[in-house]
Amino acid sequence: MSSIAETYLDNAASAPMRPGALEAMMPYFQVHHGNPSGGHRVARRARQAVEESRDSVAAHVGCSPNELIFTSGGTESDNLAVRGVLEARPGLALCSAIEHPAVIDTVELLGGSTVNVDERGLVDLDDLGVKLSSDISLVSVMMANNEIGVIQDMAAIAERVREAAPQAVLHTDAVQAAPWCELAPVTAVVDLLSLSAHKFGGPNGVGALVHRKGVALSAQQSGGGQEQERRGGTQNVAGIVGLAAALDLTVSQRDEEYARVKSLRDRLTNEILAGTSGARCTVQQADGLPNISHLLLDSVESEVLLVLLEREGVMASAASSCASGAVGHSHVLAALGENTAEARGAIRLSLGWCSIEEDVERGVAGFLTAMKLALEAAG
Amino acid sequence: MKVLCAMSGGVDSSVAAALLLEQGHEVTGVTLRLWGGSSDSGCCAVSDTDDARRVAQQLGIDHFVFNFSDDFDEKVVAPYVEAHAAGFTPNPCVECNRHLKFDRLLERAHVLGFDALATGHHVRLVDEAGKRFLARGEDAAKDQSYVLYMLDQAQLTDCIFPVGDKTKAEVRALAAELGLRTADKPESQDVCFITKSEGREAFLSERIQLTPGRVVDVEGNELGRVPALQMVTVGQRRGLDMGGHGTRRFAIEVSVESATVVVGEASDRFTDSQRFTQPCAAHEPVQGQVLVQVSAHGQPVSATVEGDRIIWDEPQPRVAPGQSVVFYAGDRVLGGALAA
Repeated sequence: MSSIAETYLDNAASAPMRPGALEAMMPYFQVHHGNPSGGHRVARRARQAVEESRDSVAAHVGCSPNELIFTSGGTESDNLAVRGVLEARPGLALCSAIEHPAVIDTVELLGGSTVNVDERGLVDLDDLGVKLSSDISLVSVMMANNEIGVIQDMAAIAERVREAAPQAVLHTDAVQAAPWCELAPVTAVVDLLSLSAHKFGGPNGVGALVHRKGVALSAQQSGGGQEQERRGGTQNVAGIVGLAAALDLTVSQRDEEYARVKSLRDRLTNEILAGTSGARCTVQQADGLPNISHLLLDSVESEVLLVLLEREGVMASAASSCASGAVGHSHVLAALGENTAEARGAIRLSLGWCSIEEDVERGVAGFLTAMKLALEAAG
Repeated sequence: MKVLCAMSGGVDSSVAAALLLEQGHEVTGVTLRLWGGSSDSGCCAVSDTDDARRVAQQLGIDHFVFNFSDDFDEKVVAPYVEAHAAGFTPNPCVECNRHLKFDRLLERAHVLGFDALATGHHVRLVDEAGKRFLARGEDAAKDQSYVLYMLDQAQLTDCIFPVGDKTKAEVRALAAELGLRTADKPESQDVCFITKSEGREAFLSERIQLTPGRVVDVEGNELGRVPALQMVTVGQRRGLDMGGHGTRRFAIEVSVESATVVVGEASDRFTDSQRFTQPCAAHEPVQGQVLVQVSAHGQPVSATVEGDRIIWDEPQPRVAPGQSVVFYAGDRVLGGALAA
């Protein structure tokens, strides 16, 4: 799948579409182009596609179809969760210190606060316990982190929350976890769960929010009453079909893919570390997502390495992509503590469903060349 | 040559990039992310980065954004605030050029293998007797040599200023011809990290204590008070009338230690000499007969530099401490310093 010119190691930012998902979408652009909210059979046919997709996604994530809201992506799902809960039941919001900006920025904007993580990126359950109270309306902890790949013990977190703040709604951003981890066990212990199609081979611009029954949630987009009054707006039919198809393909191959990609990632990491000095793993990779290799650099700046990597045909990133296109200062790394925050630079390499051995070979070669140039120039 | 072209999102740097391509260079565009807060000056806001990026796309060149906001805070914003606290009148654009654009960015250009750094500044480079000098831009009204006086020989050797020999009108015409998004974009005004709506006083009061001061005349007679001493600039008239006596009053001296502003009449502003600190020069330290410019677009006046003093040919108003004084020989920049 990878082209000869490019080695794409930024799948956590976005992955190419799975061919099966793209194929599934095609009829919905021009043939079954109806507005799902309409009454005639062209509209009804489009509606059917949305509902079949809903049934399929719900089955995979372990909720009932009524508990699934389609959105424009992970950020909208996160915003709907945080804003929707706080509007419905005003109170304080808590989130982990390493949430994606779609959660943490929103929580902070609305006066909420954060829970610490340890140097591995795991939520400090004691700190969580201290901060839970009857004033808390929402707790949000991402199932897996987009920068460093750490996976949280959602069952343990849920247990704490239910015990110390039974009135609180528990949300998890499962955007990065969905391609690799079984979601049903987590869906079972949370109230809200966010998904984004383009992380698992679906199209950009479409996602979902699992909204468990009985959880008060104020719609953030009014007008039209779609998604059972929870999210107004004509549904992105083709996108939803693509999301469902991509998730279906992902789940059907998950076990083999997990093992295959993990092995590629481990090889990528080990060969890089063996071939250069001044780089180390940010956190233990074995316990996190199988596709992410996140490295700290002692004496090379992230921005410099990224440009040099691009020249070698290797696409990677550092910290969340932000609107200006610059590398942001990572709040995730800052939350991990002194040791991490002092690194001169950091790089995230991430594999995906289309990554192959050659990507690892070219990735390693390109990385080592880029590091060599960067270290030489650093003097 | 491989040239890294700094693109602010303004029309000058847009055209600079285009000219470099025309000249056959391999061009890469870069925009700096400097200020993380709100910005409406037309330079540095996310929308300006978008403009720069779009122009880069139109020209078919790669474009990167480098985040130097930590250095910007440390080397431009913090000193700006501290200078005000000490009663000085800093010029943050000078410090941004000194520490960010022509220091860290130039270094980054070298690290990434570029042969030169280009910007859209209206300045020229002239070579004389084996030495390279910065010189005024072709368009006298837009000349930006004043804010680049700190560039040394090494920096001048590694920099290119493609629009320096063009008038602003010519630049805009070229931009329009090329269909660039920024052809009609207004020029950036004022300090990039202070918004029009917020203003300097609000910005500073969030960071330092603005304290009142006594206003006295040149004989020491107390005339009144000002609410924010740190906001007063030497030479300013505004806010110092103190119930008026018919004569206009100007700030002659600001002292934070004694919480005093000394005011005088128009004639009291003038002095025969001006002390300076932190001199720099592209070649030898500046001494002897020169032309001196004390503001971004001010008229240069004749003077003699002796040691750390400027001896004016004709008495000149005191320069607010912290402002840059720039020394010229004809159109060439010899160096500069900060008024003391």
